[in-house]
Amino acid sequence: MEKENKVKDTASDDGYCWWWLVQKGTTAVFITVGLFALLVRVAVSLHPYSGAGNPPKFGDYEAQRHWMEITINLPIKEWYRNSSNNDLRYWGLDYPPLTAYQSFIHGLFLKFFHPDSVAPFASRGHESYLGKLLMRWTVLSSDALIFFPAALYFIIVYYNQSSRTRKSELAWHTAVLLLSPCLILIDHGHFQYNCISLGFTIGAVAAILSGNDLVASVLYCLALNHKQMSAYFAPSFFSHLLGKCLRRKYPILEVSKLGLLVLGTFAAVWWPYLYSTQSILEVLSRLAPFERGIFEDYVANFWCASSILIKWKRLFTTESLKLLSLTATVITCLPSMVQQIKSPSKRGFLYALLNSSFSFYLFSFQVHEKSILLPLLPATLLAVEEPFIFRWFTQFAMLSMFPLICRDNLVVPYLALLALFVLIMNAPGQHRVRESNYLGSATMFLILCCYFVLHIVYLTMHPPEKYPFLFEAIIMNLCFSQFVLVTLGCNIKQWLLNRPAKLEETEKKQI
Amino acid sequence: MGKEKQSFKEVHHSHSPKTALQWFFLVATCIKVLLFPSYHSTDFEVHRNWLWYFDETSPWTLDYPPFFAYFERFLSIFAHLIDPQIVHLQDGLNYSSNNVVYFQRVTVILSDLSLLYGVYRLTRNLDSRKQQLIWPLVIWSPMLFIVDHVHFQYNGFLIGILLISLSYLEEGRDLLGGFVFAVLLCFKHLFAVAAPVYFVYLLRHYCWGGTVRGIGRLLIMGGVVTAVFASAFGPFFHLGQTQQIIQRLFPFGRGLCHAYWAPNFWVFYIMSDKGLAFIFRKLGFNVQTPTGSFTAGLVGDSSPFSVLPQAWKNPQPQMISRWIAYAYTCGFLFGWHVHEKASLHFVIPLAIVAPQTLEDARHYFLLSIVSCYSIFPLLFEAQENSIKVLLLLLHSILMWSGFSAQFCDGAEATRAPTANSKKNADQFVSEGNSGATVNKGFAIGWIERIYLIGLVVVEIWGQILYPLLLGDKFAFAPLMLISIYCAFGIMYSWIWQLISIVKSRWLNWLEGPDKALHVG
Repeated sequence: MEKENKVKDTASDDGYCWWWLVQKGTTAVFITVGLFALLVRVAVSLHPYSGAGNPPKFGDYEAQRHWMEITINLPIKEWYRNSSNNDLRYWGLDYPPLTAYQSFIHGLFLKFFHPDSVAPFASRGHESYLGKLLMRWTVLSSDALIFFPAALYFIIVYYNQSSRTRKSELAWHTAVLLLSPCLILIDHGHFQYNCISLGFTIGAVAAILSGNDLVASVLYCLALNHKQMSAYFAPSFFSHLLGKCLRRKYPILEVSKLGLLVLGTFAAVWWPYLYSTQSILEVLSRLAPFERGIFEDYVANFWCASSILIKWKRLFTTESLKLLSLTATVITCLPSMVQQIKSPSKRGFLYALLNSSFSFYLFSFQVHEKSILLPLLPATLLAVEEPFIFRWFTQFAMLSMFPLICRDNLVVPYLALLALFVLIMNAPGQHRVRESNYLGSATMFLILCCYFVLHIVYLTMHPPEKYPFLFEAIIMNLCFSQFVLVTLGCNIKQWLLNRPAKLEETEKKQI
Repeated sequence: MGKEKQSFKEVHHSHSPKTALQWFFLVATCIKVLLFPSYHSTDFEVHRNWLWYFDETSPWTLDYPPFFAYFERFLSIFAHLIDPQIVHLQDGLNYSSNNVVYFQRVTVILSDLSLLYGVYRLTRNLDSRKQQLIWPLVIWSPMLFIVDHVHFQYNGFLIGILLISLSYLEEGRDLLGGFVFAVLLCFKHLFAVAAPVYFVYLLRHYCWGGTVRGIGRLLIMGGVVTAVFASAFGPFFHLGQTQQIIQRLFPFGRGLCHAYWAPNFWVFYIMSDKGLAFIFRKLGFNVQTPTGSFTAGLVGDSSPFSVLPQAWKNPQPQMISRWIAYAYTCGFLFGWHVHEKASLHFVIPLAIVAPQTLEDARHYFLLSIVSCYSIFPLLFEAQENSIKVLLLLLHSILMWSGFSAQFCDGAEATRAPTANSKKNADQFVSEGNSGATVNKGFAIGWIERIYLIGLVVVEIWGQILYPLLLGDKFAFAPLMLISIYCAFGIMYSWIWQLISIVKSRWLNWLEGPDKALHVG
């Protein structure tokens, strides 16, 4: 009796508060966490969307609705063309064709259930209970049909590959992947469809981790053709695949295969616009908004943070700034690319994704605050290996979007999701690995105090009249400094992966 | 480098049960906050505007006992600090702004701490496996989410008090258990359905044992209960408002059933009545159709014949939760003017005993799904449809996973009880199961399975097919279907509880061993 009790006690000690969940295997875990994640998304959908009740321009919700209106009422050739039927100055399409097709499909859905919401011209600024509900459903269904399966694919591949067999980590990783507070706020609060392009990206990553480079290429092209921001990952995909091809028996043949597949995918997506050079340029000009400034609103990147001291827009022309930002972006992502070409590896690829997307976020042209979702994705994929970096980064990513969230009247879901994120990071019974303390604990404490104070100040105080954007500037500089630290840390980590690889090479040569 | 890496990865364990329970509660709180802008019922206005028993300024006059009135008054102090218009008698009517919504939602969330404490007290002596099963069942109950944090009520707060009382009884601290129950009755009188069980149990378990000591304890218990009721009702008695309070608390002028029919016994009665009247009218008979002329209900009528004798003959602390839950089930099925939300009174306490045996788990699985589904019509707006479905699906999967994991080593669980008497109980129950059943683990029978599939059919019919086929005609039909179908499920639960209690070993037939053998 005592022995049995002891054994049971030992089992309990080794358990965690959701031991009964992970016993059923990956699928049951994913379904449970997935349902919970859907519940959170539906609840956030109850809150206001961007631009609600704010004529004449409204916000991203109106943009998405307008694209549905345009795509189901006009022939495909006119979707990107300025005309009396399609005034591009009023939320004209500025995303690649896959987004247009998505708008078309969702437009059919809205037209079937609520024709008023997409009627030509008459539906401008349409707002209604049913319209909002249907629009929210299009985001939820996109999330459930693309992002969730891709996340499951990644979890299966990732935990099959690695030697770790801890099921609780699998459940926890599924939770942080599906309950990313930034993604939920932007897609289901603000109103966008980042879950589609990010879902394709995760699918591509999973395909690479499982050795399906061809599938990965196709999926990544789809992500790129849904949102051009996915180009933030292009250097890492390119360098990793190139590095692997160079190690094959016939590298030129391998590169050619991938190249043809990429061209084929692009041709398929762009098919309706390949009939003339002019139509291609028509679409391309919409995708590259170079007439706008180097940054818009307030974003935690180099150009915005340094503009306190250096007034870039006054010192340089837009053309010069384009070149300058391109140069800075290339220089900062080169180390990561070189490492992957020299020593391609799966872990290195994940780090490369993070470093590449950070280079673009910090230095490229016309970055939006929502673009933080892109480096946040590989950080989430690396959450089990780098829990401290992941948590620190996510918290400051949230802070960097706080001004936007306040404008959208989404403070309540912001606070709830931030609290939920902290709770997941501190789940009881989780085998908590002591996190490497990259910063001194005193420094961390001080920064966290600034973190809380900035939230409170931004909510309760008005900035001085002389400096109306003082709070935004402080927030963005604080976040920028932390993002730089994360980037430096991950670049170093990626290069450190080289040493074991070299050792392995030496061993192979000896054999 | 390898060594350094390892040193950075020391593993820390945290085993504190309180921490896990608080974590569950905080996660639930995040969901509750996200539900702030969801639909809220007229109860929202009721709780905000509640006036004393005689005021006629607004239609929302108190119909809860005085302690709840004091609770509302306590809340109004903070409301006034935050936004005076929330509590203004004239300007506050139908006042709608984020301030009032957020404030009232937060009061429900904070009052749920009572539920947190109650479930903690009731489970703190169980082994950690059972604890970690029970906590999500209670803290993440989809019924409480729907009724309290969307629809808007304070059931978590009140049921928390009930659980605290039960925990004192199970610990053998009867005086405190009785005291807390008396307090609960002064918060909401509908909990009085279980009073006979409390009375008999306390009389035998606390007051028995010698004439002098027994009488002394009886006086103590009586004094405590009297003091509670006096402190609650005394001021109104003094003001000469006793009659008014009684009218408010017991509105027999209202019909036998609530506006939306609770899935209980009277649903069958009403359907028969309507059906027969319809048929007779078709046949040419001149049938009178008086409204609200139903027979007076029998509150807790079935209780005495199964629970009270046991509570009298062999009052066992560990059985009290089941007996109380059974009493509330009787009240739900046969009571007067029952609200569908009243099923919370027995569903939550039964969650506490669900992990004890395989049969308990199966019963609870079916009961909680049926009860939760039966309150779906409370949230009738489109945007809440997916919320309630997801809540119920999540709960079902959690139950399935938890019970499967708990009973996959059923033999081991049966063999490792925490108390001798419980060991006997488990053995008794397990004797009735075949070895195959025990080894097979958690699985519901085919009848129950068909019934649950029927719920899905009813939902699809009510939400999609019916509106498509018949439009707005007879809009009440889907609600009737839900009530009737769920009533079968609740009746099944009642019968199961009755059989389970009667089966227990401590029952001694009053007729004696010969008649018992004959009946067997």
